[in-house]
Amino acid sequence: AAAMSVNADLRRERAAATFQPQLLTHILDGGPERTRRRKEIEALVLNDPDFQHEDLNFLSRSQRYEQAIRKSSLMVMKLREYGIADPEEIYWFKSFVHRGRPEPLDLHLGMFLPTLLTQATPEQQDRFFMPAWNLEIIGTYAQTEMGHGTVHSINALSKNGFVYRGVPCLGRTVSYFLMQVALSVAGITVGDIGPKFGFDEMDNGYLKMDNFRIPRENMLMKYAQVEPDGTYVKPVSDKLTYGTMVFIRSLIVGDSARSLSRACTIAIRYSAVRHQSELKPGEQEPQILDYQTQQYKLFPLLATAYAFHFVGAYIKDTYHRISGDISKGDLSELPELHALTAGLKAFTSWTANAGIEECRMACGGHGYSRCSGIPDIYVTFTPSCTYEGENTVMMLQTARFLMKSYTQVTSGQQVTGMVSYLNDLSRQRIQPQHVAARTVTMRINDPTSLVEAYKSRAARLVESAAKNLQAELNHRKSKEDAWNRTSVDLVRASEAHCHYVIVKLFTDKLAEVSDAAVRAVLTDLCLLYALFGISRNAGDFLQAGILTGAQITQVNQHVKELLAVIRPNAVALVDSFDFHDVHLGSVLGRYDGNVYENMFEWAKKSPLNKTQVHESFHKHLKPMQAKL
Amino acid sequence: SVNPDLASERQTPSFCVERLTALLDGGAEQTRIRRAVVEAIESDPVFSRENQYFQTQNERYEAAVRKAVHLQKRMHEMGWAENGPEYVYIYRALSGDVAFLLHRVFMRSISVLGSDEQVAKWIPLATQHQLIGSYAQTELGHGTYLQGLETTAVFDTATQEFILNTPKISAMKWWPGDMGRSATHTVVFAQLYIHGKCYGIHPFIVQIRSLQDHSLCPGITAGDIGPKMNFEHTDNGYLLLKNVRIPRENMLSKFCEVQPDGTYVRQGSQQINYFTMTAVRISLISDEVLMPLMKACTIAIRYSAVRRQSKLKPGEQEAKILDYQTQQEKLLPQLAAAYAFHFVNDYLQELFNRGYREIQRKNFDMLPELHALSSGFKAVITQHCTAGVEICLRACGGHGYSLLSGLPSLYTKILASCIYEGENTILLLQTARFLIKCFMAASAGQPVPPSVTYLAAVKHRKCPAKNKLDFLSPDIYTEAYQHVAVRLTSSTAAKLQDLIQSGVNKHDAWNQCTVQLVQAAKAHCHYIAVKNFAETVEKLETKAGIQKIMKHLCDLFALHGIFSNTGAFLHDGYTSAAQMDMVTASYLDLLAVIRKDAVPLVDAFDFTDKSLNSALGSYDGHVYQRLYEWAQKSPTNQMSPAYERYLKPLLHNTLSKL
Repeated sequence: AAAMSVNADLRRERAAATFQPQLLTHILDGGPERTRRRKEIEALVLNDPDFQHEDLNFLSRSQRYEQAIRKSSLMVMKLREYGIADPEEIYWFKSFVHRGRPEPLDLHLGMFLPTLLTQATPEQQDRFFMPAWNLEIIGTYAQTEMGHGTVHSINALSKNGFVYRGVPCLGRTVSYFLMQVALSVAGITVGDIGPKFGFDEMDNGYLKMDNFRIPRENMLMKYAQVEPDGTYVKPVSDKLTYGTMVFIRSLIVGDSARSLSRACTIAIRYSAVRHQSELKPGEQEPQILDYQTQQYKLFPLLATAYAFHFVGAYIKDTYHRISGDISKGDLSELPELHALTAGLKAFTSWTANAGIEECRMACGGHGYSRCSGIPDIYVTFTPSCTYEGENTVMMLQTARFLMKSYTQVTSGQQVTGMVSYLNDLSRQRIQPQHVAARTVTMRINDPTSLVEAYKSRAARLVESAAKNLQAELNHRKSKEDAWNRTSVDLVRASEAHCHYVIVKLFTDKLAEVSDAAVRAVLTDLCLLYALFGISRNAGDFLQAGILTGAQITQVNQHVKELLAVIRPNAVALVDSFDFHDVHLGSVLGRYDGNVYENMFEWAKKSPLNKTQVHESFHKHLKPMQAKL
Repeated sequence: SVNPDLASERQTPSFCVERLTALLDGGAEQTRIRRAVVEAIESDPVFSRENQYFQTQNERYEAAVRKAVHLQKRMHEMGWAENGPEYVYIYRALSGDVAFLLHRVFMRSISVLGSDEQVAKWIPLATQHQLIGSYAQTELGHGTYLQGLETTAVFDTATQEFILNTPKISAMKWWPGDMGRSATHTVVFAQLYIHGKCYGIHPFIVQIRSLQDHSLCPGITAGDIGPKMNFEHTDNGYLLLKNVRIPRENMLSKFCEVQPDGTYVRQGSQQINYFTMTAVRISLISDEVLMPLMKACTIAIRYSAVRRQSKLKPGEQEAKILDYQTQQEKLLPQLAAAYAFHFVNDYLQELFNRGYREIQRKNFDMLPELHALSSGFKAVITQHCTAGVEICLRACGGHGYSLLSGLPSLYTKILASCIYEGENTILLLQTARFLIKCFMAASAGQPVPPSVTYLAAVKHRKCPAKNKLDFLSPDIYTEAYQHVAVRLTSSTAAKLQDLIQSGVNKHDAWNQCTVQLVQAAKAHCHYIAVKNFAETVEKLETKAGIQKIMKHLCDLFALHGIFSNTGAFLHDGYTSAAQMDMVTASYLDLLAVIRKDAVPLVDAFDFTDKSLNSALGSYDGHVYQRLYEWAQKSPTNQMSPAYERYLKPLLHNTLSKL
């Protein structure tokens, strides 16, 4: 199978592209040097016989866990051997080793180490950080309880070593305790929580403690402290303890982009290879990518994947910029960052979650087979709608910030940052019932004009939620009741705000692209993203009087025209994501497009095919036929 | 004892739960029979699904075969006849977790497509399980487009045999259930060639495994296609044919026959084939689509009444998550949809039965309408319910992600229904073709079938609602849905005509309008669903609070549809911005009303704990204890070799320093 040449359809698609995919890859990676380094690390892993393994689809859960532990342990050795220490490079390495799947040390690397860095006193860091960094202890992060989840998190537990424990404590703050877990230790009951939708590689655990004692020094005390006499010392700012959380949420936005990109790569390549039915009688069966309905399913998702990539990069940059300020004691930008990452985490993970499923569905029956790789992407990704803050709760956090900003504006203060559009509300008061008078002249081919439309929609929904909230309060409802009775409106307002931010960031990105051909194709995607969003949420734009029915008809029409414009570049646009076949893990999405031959090769390895005649014939079928 | 949080939910239902259960079953007698079947099956340990979530693909498959064999015995003991009143409940009681389902399709295709002699020869063998059948239509390269199938059957006059071949890799049969490991025979669909001329797709009975030792027959390569998202109990298979010879008599020949000299004879009407497809599409709605959604609603709503999280008011106890408006907004519309589609299913069944009677009188007039409705609703209901199950899954937060919640397997199973028996987008386009045709006919004053006469009727140009209560009037919202369906159909028909008149080839024009056509077909089905729900409510008994609660659900179903698709209703100004605010207000008010009856409304579905197989959804609501107990049974809690092999060496050297 390895020697087969590239499928003729895909060759044609690639030859017809109007831009150089590798230039776009550089933009996604953050420069040609980053691309080069990423591929270097990729090659280190892929050429290493230690990291080869059987197709995970054919292994049991216990086997998958064992494989993952084996590779994680090796990975740590090799990271040290190669001297890879940059967090992003570690992330790449890890992702290639585990092919985008979760791994048992995720919680150690992703939660335990960063939390030690941010929450431990210098003395605690001396004592715990280096041993943890050297994997002399394996950490996890045990916050979620059976009865309590929100605010975070998925809960992993290694079977031995140290555990990191946060319990609700002393009112409103969460404190952090370090404790060791071993099966033999009295007072500790620990185990695996059983099979899940995905995350087979991860031993998510349960932990029961019965008067388990740890020394006072094991409470992480950089911020909150307990003195020897039991005096509790409050942290300077509650918000500080949420640093790790904000960071992890920003990673989820990037993960939304990557997971959706992988699904799009598979679905679009397969749609270029698959021929079915007829567009015109007597002609050859067309590629299914030529059907308008197929383009309508896939291209908006492709545009979304690009949009989320740029949003993820933006948040990462902002986080790094702001965390510098925080360590200098400047907390002024933290509230907006917190509000923004909460909403964008929810918005992008919901959208990507649904998008991955649409991609799978667009691959028809074969998408349902695990050989397509999309089921695995989905089950791995979908918990991100829940962990690190359940999405609805996240949206409501953003809403709280929006309501606060709105109140500031109405009381005559100016607000800054992404919510500054609310300042305009005080100038041009929006009336409770909207008439078409406010309709803007929207230039359908100009992304900046579309950003304005999204801005108006966000402003109108924020205002409407604020007014409904006020109306409930006027009905003498308690603050909490009023909030609950407005929460559906509040979520809509947050969504509109996030949607505006994403369209704006995508549009801003276009100006940074120097290559004209790449800019042209990204502009098409940006327009498609923005117009498709308007088409899908037409009611908001109509109800607020931002657009007329006739304009919406125009938008719908232009969306369909853009599908045809993007069609010749579709395969090149997913090639630009530059996923190696091994990383993609999909027979349908192979770079060479030789799908059917390899589906057959893959199926032969199915556990049910191990013997010529399945044992159930002798056990059940034969006796039945004998009796009848 | 029942968790007090759940017990309190059941204290004051506004309606009689048992009466509603009987309504759903189609009568108290049906309820009685169903419960007896469920009891008989669930008390039998062979049918237990207790450890299902811990089993491998091989174990799942073996269990399914064991259950299928055992079922034959039990049916005999219980005196349950095939097609008896109990039969429909058996599959439901087993939650579909049983092998040889394709065996029935094999038998049905012989009954429908076979000559009298063929029926007489094969059906008794199949009935007695002397052979195990399958149905091999889909290929690696072709699913939806049957004319594109590539398997060949060449007639050899010299030997009076057909020679079957898989000429290329994409022509391999792929996906047929029961074929990977179990089946001995299968109905293969292949392109028929006689004297070098192709006569199109025909069905052939092919033996693939030995009846003695189950080994593969000469020329046959077959096996399992590998792990899928679900259906691990089914051995979906592949089949490669190399010069496989079968006698002339094995071509199913009710409609087409090849005579010994190679003369091809066509006989009778094939329209009955469309009728078979229609029958299958309608029959899957209840068991494969509605049951999973109803189960998911039961699990998610009971869990939401037990789960407490955060505080609604300071100082109070943490609130049940079902009391959060956002949680209600996720779950209650799914509950309303489950009821709405239950009644649509009744409507389709009735239409189907009427169509069947007509067809027996050789009157095929109802077929186009029946075909359009069954295609459209298969797509709309599977899509809606699949999304609904996923919403329920995610509404259970982290615990929903555990297989022990039962929700992941409900989801991965129901979502296959969007693909099998016709890919949804293609089905919607078939409905759209019917709509456009009827719209043209109606505009020209010609008669059209009853479900589409509304396309020609003149209606209000503006929604007459004055306040939010008006939107609780079925006339108001039904007409709004009707307006949208007419607008989308007529504007698409106009667009199509414009394109053709401007010189675009009619097939290109069709492709350029398909996105709109799909929307029109959905709007049509949504309108029929709302209208049917409203009409059903009208006819319900007013006693025992049944009509009242169903009216609330009908309102919720209708208003949720408007609320989540406001653009379609605002587009041409039929509904104003102010009216849309009324819709939203009425919709949100309804959530709080239905919230009170949410648990009794899922109790009425009457699922046993065993059939839910969920640690979160049990009747007694003891969620956390159950999760913990079940988790301890997980095979991963046996000491893993991973520690000794990999973790210990890593940790050992330096651990003592701490």
